[in-house]
Amino acid sequence: MSISTLETVYERLAQAIDEAGRDRETMLLAKLALLLAERLDDPDSVLALIEEASKDLS
Amino acid sequence: MRPEGRGELDSLYFTYPTFQAPERREHLAERTKVAIVGGGPVGLTAALTLARHGVASVLLEAKSTYNDGSRAICIARQSFHIFETLGVADPFVEKSLGWTTGRSFYRGRQILEFDMPDSADEKFRPMYNLEQQYIEQFLHEAAEASELIDMRWQSEVTGIRDSGDGAILTVRDPHGDYALPADWVLAADGARSPIRGMRGLRLKGENYEGRYVIADVRMEHDYPTIRRALFDPACRPGGTVLIHRQPDNIWRIDYQLRDGESAEDATREDNVRASVEGVLKEIGHDGPWDLEWWSVYSANTLALDDYRDGRIFFIGDSAHIVPIFGVRGLNNGLADAQNIGWKLARVLNGSADERLLGSYTPERRGATLDVFANASKSARFMTPPTRGWQVMRDAALSLALDHPFAGAFANPRQMTPYTYAQSPVTFADRDAFSGGPKPGAVARNVRLGDGWLSDRFGNGFSVLVFGTIDEPGAIMAADPDATVILLDAASDAARAYDATDGTAYLVRPDQHVAARWKQATAGDVAEALTAILSGKGAE
Repeated sequence: MSISTLETVYERLAQAIDEAGRDRETMLLAKLALLLAERLDDPDSVLALIEEASKDLS
Repeated sequence: MRPEGRGELDSLYFTYPTFQAPERREHLAERTKVAIVGGGPVGLTAALTLARHGVASVLLEAKSTYNDGSRAICIARQSFHIFETLGVADPFVEKSLGWTTGRSFYRGRQILEFDMPDSADEKFRPMYNLEQQYIEQFLHEAAEASELIDMRWQSEVTGIRDSGDGAILTVRDPHGDYALPADWVLAADGARSPIRGMRGLRLKGENYEGRYVIADVRMEHDYPTIRRALFDPACRPGGTVLIHRQPDNIWRIDYQLRDGESAEDATREDNVRASVEGVLKEIGHDGPWDLEWWSVYSANTLALDDYRDGRIFFIGDSAHIVPIFGVRGLNNGLADAQNIGWKLARVLNGSADERLLGSYTPERRGATLDVFANASKSARFMTPPTRGWQVMRDAALSLALDHPFAGAFANPRQMTPYTYAQSPVTFADRDAFSGGPKPGAVARNVRLGDGWLSDRFGNGFSVLVFGTIDEPGAIMAADPDATVILLDAASDAARAYDATDGTAYLVRPDQHVAARWKQATAGDVAEALTAILSGKGAE
């Protein structure tokens, strides 16, 4: 995926988080994660990516 | 609990009899082979199982009647098979409501409909709803009719001590105290088991956060017998509600308490009425309704490390407490009673070695731990314990509105019977099979002529022989109580069992497969039977 394509996703996600608002953004991201996981159909990769995303949170 | 002005046994639909303590006193202190403590469904099933195998027992119940309210209401298919082996299935079939389907809703919209496995090959439906009082009544009527069961009401066990070859119970009834010596004791005295306490044993495991009120109401309500689960309904934002239909126009409503809502407040009658009213409005019931009974409940996964303590076996809730969501509390208790019942009977009538009893804990505790694994998942979904579980649960429910895959998270995982794969009396396959019930699994039922294969199972072990087997007499020599069932090697039954000419299955009295052979000799079957009954097992 080119950086400009990924950037489109990045921007849309930023907007969607704002639209959801602080109370709903977690729900949005959790739903998205489940949808992506189901579409990807590769549980090992998803579990590894959860570990990746858990790094450097602060 | 009951509404103001009504006594504990003042039911809208059930007339409680009162049973007296024994009037004739002279035989009370006579030694018994088996003393069963607790006359609920589990204790009664144990007594009936022993009686079915010719063994007498004394059944002690502290109360003077059946359970004050309907607690357990869901009876699984395998429990109906237990009732059938005890000859008591008819009143259950007649009175209860069979069901196969569950529906889950999120914020008022259906997200999942699931069907439990069912077919014409099954004699019984996957699940039946029946109030616990009837369960106890039907079992008790059968126990009354048996000369081998001496049931003593209003008889509380206040002490227990070991004797060399058994235990001595101290029994108190309104007429006095007496000592009852017993070779064996079955403790079916419930979740707060006094026997467990007297033995200094403790249940171990986890308590879950979620608490529920369970309330029974009577109303004319037009909805089939389908389990409904309401997630985040308008009447209880963020909470979960379960609705079950029972006979006699009684409906079970379970609703989750809010965080910080005390059990004391929640179980006040005005609060229960207001909460029930909200649920009924949500499901579109505008007509009148009566409040029958309510109680409060929290989800636990707790079990004893060992279900045996010397000459005492713990059966049912005294040994394990499981969350309601998998409906395995009562059902696993009945399976415990049947399991120890046939084994103890074989030991007491001299046809099996005492070592056979060593298989009780691994088999039944294994079943409990399996329930824990599934029920814990259900409990975390029904009542998320932390924010993380809450976020993911809500995400799944929200997704499920438009994506059926996510609805599957809401499946309550109502379980099939446990497979005793690790049991010391289960034999691993010698021959390769590509289907059929595995060793330790429950035998598969099959439509057979006017009836079912299960109709042909014997009271003891059954041997399914497909086609022919050499010298079948060897089987009867190993166990005269065994029933050999000859089946066509080209039948539907053969396909269900992945059988060809010469295949055999050894099925236990509780319908679990002990061993199977693609190409069996009678000697193979006899050897396995002998190994089980001698307690040598599968080593």
